[in-house]
Amino acid sequence: MQYAGFLLLAVMVGGSALGVILMRNPIHAALLLTVNLAGVAALYLMLQAQFLALVQVIVYAGAIAVLFVFAIMVLVPGKEETGPDPLSGQRWLAVPLAGLLLLETLLVLRSTAFQGSPAAPPVPSGEPLYRLLLTDFLFPFEVTSLLLLTALVGVMAMTRRKVS
Amino acid sequence: MVPESYYVALSAGLFVIGVLGVLIRRDPLVIFMSIELMLNAANLALVAFGHRHGTMDGQVLALFVMAVAAAEVAVGLAIIVAIFHLRRRLSVDELSVMRG
Repeated sequence: MQYAGFLLLAVMVGGSALGVILMRNPIHAALLLTVNLAGVAALYLMLQAQFLALVQVIVYAGAIAVLFVFAIMVLVPGKEETGPDPLSGQRWLAVPLAGLLLLETLLVLRSTAFQGSPAAPPVPSGEPLYRLLLTDFLFPFEVTSLLLLTALVGVMAMTRRKVS
Repeated sequence: MVPESYYVALSAGLFVIGVLGVLIRRDPLVIFMSIELMLNAANLALVAFGHRHGTMDGQVLALFVMAVAAAEVAVGLAIIVAIFHLRRRLSVDELSVMRG
């Protein structure tokens, strides 16, 4: 049963990821990206990371996807990639290179990781995530808030139109 | 229980799709989406590793990656908007200088 669910999610996530990079219209790519992110959130649920799944839906599928759609609506209303491609040869070269990378990654995965049975219990034990964030990982947490503030100020400074 | 290695294999596949997207597309928006795909694949691997070890550290790291990704998307889209106001065209191959 779990395998069926995993297979379904894997097909959904992989198919939507392929759709993101193959769709010619950016708005279709953005919508497929949302499908992909929601599928990954479901995979987090299967890995018993409920809080992370929730954050994934709110931050990624909510905020980031909306940001992408908004940017596309502002910048390229319905415009697709057209015209001759000056680097066509290099782009075809990318496909075998990516295949090579996949082969390499899977070989490393097969040769090193996951030998033997899992030693730990399947359910993550110990403190919940929110408590860890405010105890053991308090300093990175604060640095993250600083990073978000910097990004906020930087974005506002960059997109400001110059007063002439 | 699905073994964690399946999740890591799926994450490797997603990462490679993201790399392919960065390499073959010309639209900077789609390139950004491909980068998001790669960050997501890394997150999935982190959570799978954490699940395997029975600790929460992988999930904490994935949470920080999400925060950084959110900041990165905001800054990146701001840069794209600024470039668009300057050039009126969006193709990464034509953007070879930093000067405006």
